[in-house]
Amino acid sequence: MLTVEGTRAKRVPRPHSPIRESSSTRPSGIKRILGFAWVLPALVLLAVFVYLPLVQNLGFSFLEWDIYSGSQTFVGAENYIKLSSDPIFWSALGNNALYAGVSIVFQVCGALALAALIESVRRERWRRALRAVYFIPSAISLTVAGLLFYFIYEPNLGLLNYVLSGVGLDALTQPWLGQESTAMMAVIAMSQWQGFGYSTLLFAVAIQRIPSELYEAASIDGIGVIRRFFTVTVPLVREMTGLMTIVTISGAFQVFNEVMVMTSGGPNNSTQVLATWLYRSGFVRNDFGYAAAIAMVIFLVTLIIALAQLWITHRRRVEW
Amino acid sequence: MVTRFSFLGTIAKVFMWTFLLGLAVVVIYPLLWMVLNGFKENAELFGNPFALPVTWDWQNYANAWNRGVSNYLMTSVLVTVTSTIATVFISAWAAYGLTRVNIPFNRAIVTAILGGLMLAPAVALVPLVKMFQGLGLYNTFWALLILYTAFRIPFTTFLIRAYMIDLPREIDEAAKVDGATQWTTFWRVILPMCKPIIVSTVILHVLFAWNEYLFAMVFTSGTGVQTLPVGLTSLMSKHGTDYPVVFAGMVIAAVPVVLLFFLGQRYFVKGLADGIGK
Repeated sequence: MLTVEGTRAKRVPRPHSPIRESSSTRPSGIKRILGFAWVLPALVLLAVFVYLPLVQNLGFSFLEWDIYSGSQTFVGAENYIKLSSDPIFWSALGNNALYAGVSIVFQVCGALALAALIESVRRERWRRALRAVYFIPSAISLTVAGLLFYFIYEPNLGLLNYVLSGVGLDALTQPWLGQESTAMMAVIAMSQWQGFGYSTLLFAVAIQRIPSELYEAASIDGIGVIRRFFTVTVPLVREMTGLMTIVTISGAFQVFNEVMVMTSGGPNNSTQVLATWLYRSGFVRNDFGYAAAIAMVIFLVTLIIALAQLWITHRRRVEW
Repeated sequence: MVTRFSFLGTIAKVFMWTFLLGLAVVVIYPLLWMVLNGFKENAELFGNPFALPVTWDWQNYANAWNRGVSNYLMTSVLVTVTSTIATVFISAWAAYGLTRVNIPFNRAIVTAILGGLMLAPAVALVPLVKMFQGLGLYNTFWALLILYTAFRIPFTTFLIRAYMIDLPREIDEAAKVDGATQWTTFWRVILPMCKPIIVSTVILHVLFAWNEYLFAMVFTSGTGVQTLPVGLTSLMSKHGTDYPVVFAGMVIAAVPVVLLFFLGQRYFVKGLADGIGK
């Protein structure tokens, strides 16, 4: 692990000074410009379809815009003022935060513990089988997983209510997605089922990179399995933990697919998240300026998270 | 003392395996239920959900296939294959230019391309719809091809670039001495050496394009241009009462990617690990 990270620290300055020093003749100016052709397709696609829309979106968020009649009126910050007093916007933001919180518990903390448990299994064949099985839900799409759980939660033919009444818990059977009190948690639970294998796999890779001498030293010192987890495993995968936390939070604020498939934001807007509320405001209620303002909120939140990630990776580089 | 220790160890082991296997059941059983329901008749579905199908016939699969799933599947294959090729080549070119060719503003270009990693697709949604309507590309295959390529270039370039940086400089020198142009060096020397990371990026992009929902839902609406994820939800709303057909459609959508994962597992894990944990 140390050597791997060490080589990375060393190669940091390299990309800024490619073959120049070693080649005997410095390429002429024209040749250098021609080299531009290599990056041009990527730059053009990104500029036109990623960065330009982002700038346009900021402009749109100051408009009142009916896409069907084509009328656009500049309204200043009105969309943002409307946003601040929109209870559904705030409950959507809260749902995203809830999503992030639950996902950190299961897909970061839970996945780390599970990965350590899997890696403690002696036979490689079993370890590989377990990792692969847990990963399957992440390979099938969120759409398929969402539809599947729509049926599992279904009050009449669903597995969940059937299992509950089968073990004598009839009192707990309910229309999981059909009532405000349980719908959001039901969607989030599906998402944990779908995603925990993915983060477990990544943590397993990180744990495999820990030098085995450290574990041997720990077992010679007579340290128990649980203490070893907290004194060896957790500190040595903390970078992966940091990155997973950020990726998980960022993903939680972009949730769209599973909510759309399972509830479309209902019942009574109780499962709206930022992205579905954006979609509904723009494409259903034809209020595109307002949708653009919601998009700016998503942009700000994900930007802050991404900058935090940059900060962490930068700090890591300096440390090594 | 020793026996007591191993006795406790055995108990811990039993608990551990109960937990690990229990979790495996929680993962596999719903998937199995989905596959079995694809073989059932509607009435059976409402009976005992644990029961096996009475007869194992493929009628629901055939029905799903004929009610649009074949079209969705073709569109998905087309969009996935073309956007994978476009993304991987454009990203590999960019990675080559950024790591092996001396071009001006190298650092600024790296920032511009990798900065795209930070942007959530939802943020660009409203302007993109307006733009594609203006271009006449709304509700066409081209919309998905362009968007899947543009939005995945940052991640794919990031992975390939990280790999290319580590290839020794001497390779380029040797190729140059042999009289190879930059173009030949890229195709004949560097690209073949990047095979492991190329395979990883291909698998990751296929998983993305096959499963993507937001763009597919907003930018397409007819049966001819919808991909499987969106097609499944329309199958659901059109034939919502014929549940077994929907289950069959879900299985048809899930099988190719699950197979791909198992076949390319080694590369896939490496790609993920390099992409996120490096």
